[in-house]
Amino acid sequence: MRIAVCIKQVPDAEGRLQVAADGKWIDEDEIKFVINESDQYALEEALTLTEAHGGEVVVFSLGPDRVQDALRKALALGAKRAVHLADSAFHGGDAHATARALAAAIRSEEFDLVLTGAQSDDAGYGATGSMLAGLLGWPHAWLVMGLEVDEGGGSAKVTREMESGMNEFFRLQLPAVIEVQAGLNHPRYASLKGIMQAKRKPVDRPTPADLGLVADEVGMAGSRLEIVDVAFPDSGVGAQIFEGDPATAAKALIEKLRNEARVL
Amino acid sequence: MAKSIWIVMQQREGKLHRMSREAIAAGQQLAAMVGGTASAVLIAGDDALAAEVAAYELEAVKVAASPALVDYTPGAFVGALGSAIAAERPDYVLFPHTYQSVDFVPRLSQEVGAALVPETISFEMVGDEVIWKRPILGGKLQSRVRVKGEGTVFATLQSGAFPVDSAAAATTPAAVQAMALGDLVADREILGVEQAGDDEVDLTKADIIVGVGRGVGGPDKLGPLEELAERLGADIGASRPVIDNGWLPRDRQIGSSGQTVAPKLYLAVGISGAIQHQVGMKGSSCVVAINKDKSAPIFGISQYGLVGDLHELVPALNAALAESE
Repeated sequence: MRIAVCIKQVPDAEGRLQVAADGKWIDEDEIKFVINESDQYALEEALTLTEAHGGEVVVFSLGPDRVQDALRKALALGAKRAVHLADSAFHGGDAHATARALAAAIRSEEFDLVLTGAQSDDAGYGATGSMLAGLLGWPHAWLVMGLEVDEGGGSAKVTREMESGMNEFFRLQLPAVIEVQAGLNHPRYASLKGIMQAKRKPVDRPTPADLGLVADEVGMAGSRLEIVDVAFPDSGVGAQIFEGDPATAAKALIEKLRNEARVL
Repeated sequence: MAKSIWIVMQQREGKLHRMSREAIAAGQQLAAMVGGTASAVLIAGDDALAAEVAAYELEAVKVAASPALVDYTPGAFVGALGSAIAAERPDYVLFPHTYQSVDFVPRLSQEVGAALVPETISFEMVGDEVIWKRPILGGKLQSRVRVKGEGTVFATLQSGAFPVDSAAAATTPAAVQAMALGDLVADREILGVEQAGDDEVDLTKADIIVGVGRGVGGPDKLGPLEELAERLGADIGASRPVIDNGWLPRDRQIGSSGQTVAPKLYLAVGISGAIQHQVGMKGSSCVVAINKDKSAPIFGISQYGLVGDLHELVPALNAALAESE
């Protein structure tokens, strides 16, 4: 089976973040970027499926030149080819605009399945994959915790997470878009051989025109949402911080919990 | 012109989801702000549930009743709501930000060409436009967004952002109307539902919980935390990354996909406080945060905090507790 995997490169969640000078996003100069966590699980799931059923994985990503690193990593892990929507017309879009670009790129090939993460760790819309499914006219499932492709590849059994620790099970017809939750498998590490091979694997960089799109359908121009500004939440309001060396701070905290909050 | 606002209810087996009531509060607030009326949309509810919703101050309760809507599938839900939205063109449609909503609302918005503001935590009027606030980067920051262009605007509402108590009751019950439904095609063959964990640890009854986060660093680093829990008579809970990494079993998970707890004391150790975790523990009477990053959102909902290396601070707490025993 041929599987498209959509990945996003996002700021490392562990890094220290600062608001950019224009106030509209974070300062991207000094931070590390990684493949979005749930997308790593989507890629692993795709690689495992093609190992079991045959076929190949093509990885898609939208974003500036730095996204090359994420795509090379995906190729090193075992994807066959990559498609990089690198043209600046694609950038800065909301979920609708990004889904439109991805749909056009994916539609130009034949796939049995699209796998992607449930949510990006930066913008966090949790919507792009479902919108992509709508544009392709395929069924979808969001927050998938288990996926088994049925014999023959025409359908799949899906486990989806619900609230309060419940899971639901259902069957979907393929092709479909499956948006996976982090934790459904154990992503592999790249081998040295994989890293070497990745250097020779092809990365396409289609423009909007190559995909039959007009530039103002995608990216910021094609978006309905526009970020006014970003800011840190009012943090530390009410939180009394105990300073000093660990022993002093710990004693002060225990004393407060006993005598002021009266919870011990 | 008066704006029309729809509020889509989520229910299961005849009971309203708590966040449906929060959505009513938000819808009433938005209606007052933009100048308009709010109506509830109830999918597959019976008369009793419709009456319960109609007891809130609303223009109407629109009921979408069909056997095809009893078991949730995105295909049927998008079909039902899509044709009604296309026909009546409400200005705003609000949804609780539940796992069910996030499954079908993006698809619905794509289908009807509506803008979508996911995971809204507040909205305000700036000049003559609505500005929406939502978390980004796992709640470390928040962004304010505006919607460009014409047409219906969808927003999903983060859990706990709009208090249920602020939902106004009706003096006379709202009119209950049947919604016209188009073709409803289930796009999933439902096979069943079951509890995810095998042996259930019930954290909801715990008095004290030590919540373990990604900052702990690994399963081999849990020893001092277990000692702390023992000294405090506490249960151990965890945020999602800890569970996904397999450091603790899934039945210890606290947050939107785990348990919702409200102990008298919650110690968040190495937990940054992503919104998904906060919704599961912010009802705690007293929250203490222990984190190396003093800008972590967890400090915003804590009464007390220790900033520094938890691998030094937790043993120091153990020593302080041992000394005062």
